[in-house]
Amino acid sequence: MAKSLLLPEFKIERDSARCIACQVCARQCANAVHTYDETDDSLWSEEAQCVGCQRCVTLCPTGALEVRRRERGFRENANWEESFLYRLYKQAETGGIVLTGMGCDRPYPIYWDHLLLNASQVTNPSIDPLREPIEIRTFLGRKEAWLDVDWEHRSLKTVLAPQLELSLPVLFSAMSYGSISYNAFRSLAEAAREVGTLCNSGEGGLHPDFYALGGNIIVQVASGRFGVTPEYLQVARAIEIKIGQGAKPGIGGHLPGEKVTPEISRTRRIPVGSDAISPAPHHDIYSIEDLERLIFAIKETTNYQKPVSVKIAAVHNVAAIASGAVRAGADIIAIDGIRGGTGAAPQVIRDNVGIPAEIALAQVDERLRQEGIRHRASIVIAGGIRSSSDVIKAVALGADAVYIGTAALLALGCHLCQKCYTGRCNWGIATQDPILTKRLNPQIGKRRLVNLMRAWALEMKEILGGMGINAIESLRGNREQLRAVGLRREEAQLLGVKLAGEGW
Amino acid sequence: MKKIRIHEEYCIGCHLCEITCVVKHSPSGKIIKTFREEKENRPLPRVRVEEEGYVSFALQCRHCDDAPCVENCLTGAMYRDEKTGMVLCDEDRCMGCWMCVMSCPFGVAERSKDRTRVGSKCDGCVGKGEVPPCVENCPNEALTYE
Repeated sequence: MAKSLLLPEFKIERDSARCIACQVCARQCANAVHTYDETDDSLWSEEAQCVGCQRCVTLCPTGALEVRRRERGFRENANWEESFLYRLYKQAETGGIVLTGMGCDRPYPIYWDHLLLNASQVTNPSIDPLREPIEIRTFLGRKEAWLDVDWEHRSLKTVLAPQLELSLPVLFSAMSYGSISYNAFRSLAEAAREVGTLCNSGEGGLHPDFYALGGNIIVQVASGRFGVTPEYLQVARAIEIKIGQGAKPGIGGHLPGEKVTPEISRTRRIPVGSDAISPAPHHDIYSIEDLERLIFAIKETTNYQKPVSVKIAAVHNVAAIASGAVRAGADIIAIDGIRGGTGAAPQVIRDNVGIPAEIALAQVDERLRQEGIRHRASIVIAGGIRSSSDVIKAVALGADAVYIGTAALLALGCHLCQKCYTGRCNWGIATQDPILTKRLNPQIGKRRLVNLMRAWALEMKEILGGMGINAIESLRGNREQLRAVGLRREEAQLLGVKLAGEGW
Repeated sequence: MKKIRIHEEYCIGCHLCEITCVVKHSPSGKIIKTFREEKENRPLPRVRVEEEGYVSFALQCRHCDDAPCVENCLTGAMYRDEKTGMVLCDEDRCMGCWMCVMSCPFGVAERSKDRTRVGSKCDGCVGKGEVPPCVENCPNEALTYE
């Protein structure tokens, strides 16, 4: 085989005055970048295999290591960016589809950063969240257009649809056991229980160990139907039909056989070592009517006790599709934007297919309102929620709650190296290798997630208080609280917000 | 008495506990100096990471209730500290007979580099700060002090 033309992506600088040859770096790198040489008590780093996950840098006790992006020194070319050259060389060498992990990293506009929030001044009082209660509790599920009350007996005649009660409008996104490790899933599920929110099993079934935490888990029914059994549906708090994923709309999934360990085989109900392939479409859903039949079947199975969510990727016709899904009986519509993450996807799909979540959200909310069916489903938005301000902006744009996937993994230690698909996650998250999965202590993971949610909740209350709003309900779809900066008027119109400087 | 507890399922085999233990018991107490300049008189780590396959854990003296090393020590160098309950080694009294090395059920007593006395015996870092450094610096809480 000819020498590869691919230059290393990272440069590793080892400060020889600080390195004590303790070999922590060598022991921690799953890609075998660092090797110890006994003969002269030194370490050598093979940069070609480095993925830039920063594990060695974080654990080095003397701060001797620095891993940074390597300046490859190609002649500057605005047309042929380095990333294109890299991918092209790789394909010329391998003849395959280039895989990647996590969300789209291309510099498409991030509309959250072009939306600014309002605050109270003089004419309306702001609220101090330390002195007065601010409610961020959220209920997801179908709401009634009106309520029939039996005034004589002071009771409600209308039968209310099942609701999901969340202590804050943030849920953990669908990440399957298989794509992430057992310990990572445990961290998410236990954190969800402690915080009072929900996590999502993803499409890989639910390990029996987590049945006890089912009250805080949404389970998915996806095109592969992995692990879908009556008890799977019964133990969960809600059920989500996964139609699409923001990172790879229109594409199925493929968990390689080597990741299908005995435990995962038990969870997914497939033989050990066999590839877990999720088809691109559900082969029993070719229309809204078909979707309606599946929603009906699930509701019948669970005795109408659990809300059914439909998760779709944000694509060009998302508003009409969402409307169809609501009319098919979905209680929750989850929309995953182009920056939504994945454990593995073709890079060309991840980076080029779909639309930003912000625009999709604004359009779906608007469409459902126009059709008078907004109350029939809650909207959960996913794909690139990075902070509490993104959550607040999403709610103001019309979302009931948000899904966080990447943000939750970052809390667990992910450093966004985008190599989830290799199964050699040095942080013990996207791997099934027992040496690596040990690296994530679920007690630490849970604590960090709980801390993150607590911090976001405090920040959200602070922002709401500043606006003079004491309940997140009053912010939902309240686009007057948003103003656009640096956007064209057409974009602002699509988002349904005024430009900065325009008054009420 | 608080003890160092081992959580095998979360030990990542990084050996940082060994490194911080050496530094804590070194003459300078400074990590780079300890490893680069004090090579000759650098102490042995009093905690050892045992590894096989994906199983690993950091093992140090368990300070047994019925410590055989104390019982078998010919000179009384190994003794139980009445106040803390720790099994400690008075190095001045140690004559290097290795009875402790032979009788320790966990294999955590080690000979010193010059083979004249016991060189590796966890002292629990009593009086050296609130939490022993091996516990404090474990990145995955595979050692806890409770």
